[in-house]
Amino acid sequence: MWDYSEKVKEHFYNPKNAGAVADANGVGDVGSISCGDALRLTLKVDPETEIILDAGFQTFGCGSAIASSSALTEMVKGKTLDEALLISNQDIADFLDGLPPEKMHCSVMGREALQAAVANYRGEEWSDDHEEGALVCKCFAIDEVMVRDTIKANNLSSVEEVTNYTKAGGGCSSCHEAIENLLTEEMAARGETFVPAASGKKKAKKVEKKKPDLVEIEAPVAKPAAASAGLTLVQRIRKIEDVLEAMRPALRADNGDVELVDVDGKTVYVNLVGACSGCQMAAMTLGGIQQKLIEAMGEFIKVIPASERPAA
Amino acid sequence: MSDIYLDNNATTKVDPAIVEAMLPFFTEQFGNPSSLHSFGNKVGMALKKARGQVQKILGAEHDSEIIFTSCGSESDSTAILSALKANPERKEIITTVVEHPAVLNLCEYLETEGYTVHKLKVDSKGRLDLDEYAKLLSDDVAVVSVMWANNETGTIFPVEKMAEMADEAGVLFHTDAVQAVGKIPMNLQDTAIHMLSLSGHKLHAPKGVGVLYLKRGTRFRPLLRGGHQERGRRAGTENSASIIGLGLACEQAMEHMEFENVQVKAMRDRLQEGILAAVPNAFPTGDVDNRLPNTLNIAFEYIEGEAILLLMNKMGIAASSGSACTSGSLEPSHVMKAMGIPYTAAHGTVRFSLSRYNTMEEIERVIEAVPPIVAKLRKLSPYWGENGPVENPEQAFAPVYA
Repeated sequence: MWDYSEKVKEHFYNPKNAGAVADANGVGDVGSISCGDALRLTLKVDPETEIILDAGFQTFGCGSAIASSSALTEMVKGKTLDEALLISNQDIADFLDGLPPEKMHCSVMGREALQAAVANYRGEEWSDDHEEGALVCKCFAIDEVMVRDTIKANNLSSVEEVTNYTKAGGGCSSCHEAIENLLTEEMAARGETFVPAASGKKKAKKVEKKKPDLVEIEAPVAKPAAASAGLTLVQRIRKIEDVLEAMRPALRADNGDVELVDVDGKTVYVNLVGACSGCQMAAMTLGGIQQKLIEAMGEFIKVIPASERPAA
Repeated sequence: MSDIYLDNNATTKVDPAIVEAMLPFFTEQFGNPSSLHSFGNKVGMALKKARGQVQKILGAEHDSEIIFTSCGSESDSTAILSALKANPERKEIITTVVEHPAVLNLCEYLETEGYTVHKLKVDSKGRLDLDEYAKLLSDDVAVVSVMWANNETGTIFPVEKMAEMADEAGVLFHTDAVQAVGKIPMNLQDTAIHMLSLSGHKLHAPKGVGVLYLKRGTRFRPLLRGGHQERGRRAGTENSASIIGLGLACEQAMEHMEFENVQVKAMRDRLQEGILAAVPNAFPTGDVDNRLPNTLNIAFEYIEGEAILLLMNKMGIAASSGSACTSGSLEPSHVMKAMGIPYTAAHGTVRFSLSRYNTMEEIERVIEAVPPIVAKLRKLSPYWGENGPVENPEQAFAPVYA
């Protein structure tokens, strides 16, 4: 049995806004191939204000698909179309106090139905922009298409790299066999052979040696300064803060954060907080921060966890 | 009102008499059956009795043909991998598209190791084509593995005939009989079946015990090597209490074989008739004239199985579904797909599997409960109109799939 929240059960047993809305002027029909679920969302929109006056759903699907549909209709009523479009699938899942990772696609389906219905109202063609595959990593709900695309786009060649780029495999690690199989196939397609990592301590050493550019954190970076040597300490710290600030959205997306503790010459002491603290990928994250700082400051910078700072 | 359990193909209740028979083997008779002293010796004698009880239900010629394992899956893996090890020059396996994952996933893995796996197809009623099978038998085939009865539909395969054909072609034959043992009388000594898997918890013994039947003279390579237990064919200290429970469960199943095939079957038939009379757009799947007496699989069109199960569960009725959403993997049932059941029906299949502990009164309650549940969900379905499916359901609702 799935571990459904009380909110999911409530919306499944007593769904709100079931059935099609009379005189709907926006209709979205979408389905999720991985689960076989499908949803029709009907909206009644006020043409003057673009406010959603009424919303109804018809769903062919499992408990969480029905609950997600019900939640979606409750969330969009009274909103303008533009406001409604800001609802993410995570918002739908949060509204339901969470969904099991295998069921997150039900919330994705809800969001897509909304986009499709709005497009229909506005007389636009809606086309789905993401593909969904079989779930590979259950800890972080990463599917096969995502893993394959990332391996292809970045020429990845190890499980560690896949974990750094997608998070897949970063939790319980039981999907590593599946990731190795995907790597074997994708690498064969580009004419390479997959070589598994060594076990035990040897493996740990190998990872350490890897350069920290593995971490892909999308963040605008200040133009590399010619050299920051001429800056005062306060200017340097401000600049470091700017870099950290630019990286924060990516870290916060994973419920983590970073705080600057001290700067001692070329050594920068930081604290990883929130989900980042204690995360097994903390070393990689620090490596990513270091890389960005080196680029921005135009000099070599060493990023060290504040816990390793020598006592004053 | 107590809850109604109709999911006996998933697992069964351990009979109280079996629990009682097992209990002394946790405390008083805890010895290792391999030990010389009396603590161990008594357990050894009890295991011998259990082995005889299993031998009897299978109709095996010798009690040494019974190898105790930890579960049906271990028996399946042991049988198939043994056949491959013993015949290294043979690189082909024959099985069916509707096998349990215990066999199917192993075969898929073996494909990546260079083996060729032939999966026999089934028709719309889940039946095999024996001509297709005959053509595949050759000196390149190491083993045939075909289930005796299907876990989802209860459809029975002609394994005795297929074993005969394999034997004539000089090919080893294994059958996964975890659903069949205890429901279908069998006498393995009169068959050409070389290996058979049995699972304790499907016939009111506890979980964690299984059997591999290995016909005397069949070439064998153990999966677990180590101690001399099970005559060196399955190392590891015996799960004595569970084995003793399984022995008694086999004896009880023999005693209830007729009850299973008369009374349980009558309840199953009443359930089918009662639901189909009250629910439109529903049909039984599989080979209804040739299936296990306890199994009923109904496809409810235009709704989804998990939703049905959740609402049934709320009313205290336990069953299972072939829908994608009820399995952890999110894969829709390969059995329904193989039979070509249309998409809008395959997702709404519900399996009711009965046991001798069910009563006709329970069956009547289920017949009452199911139709309103189906109606409630159809009201939510985009394929369903006021009083029936919308016209041209597949066209009226054709979502964009992601």
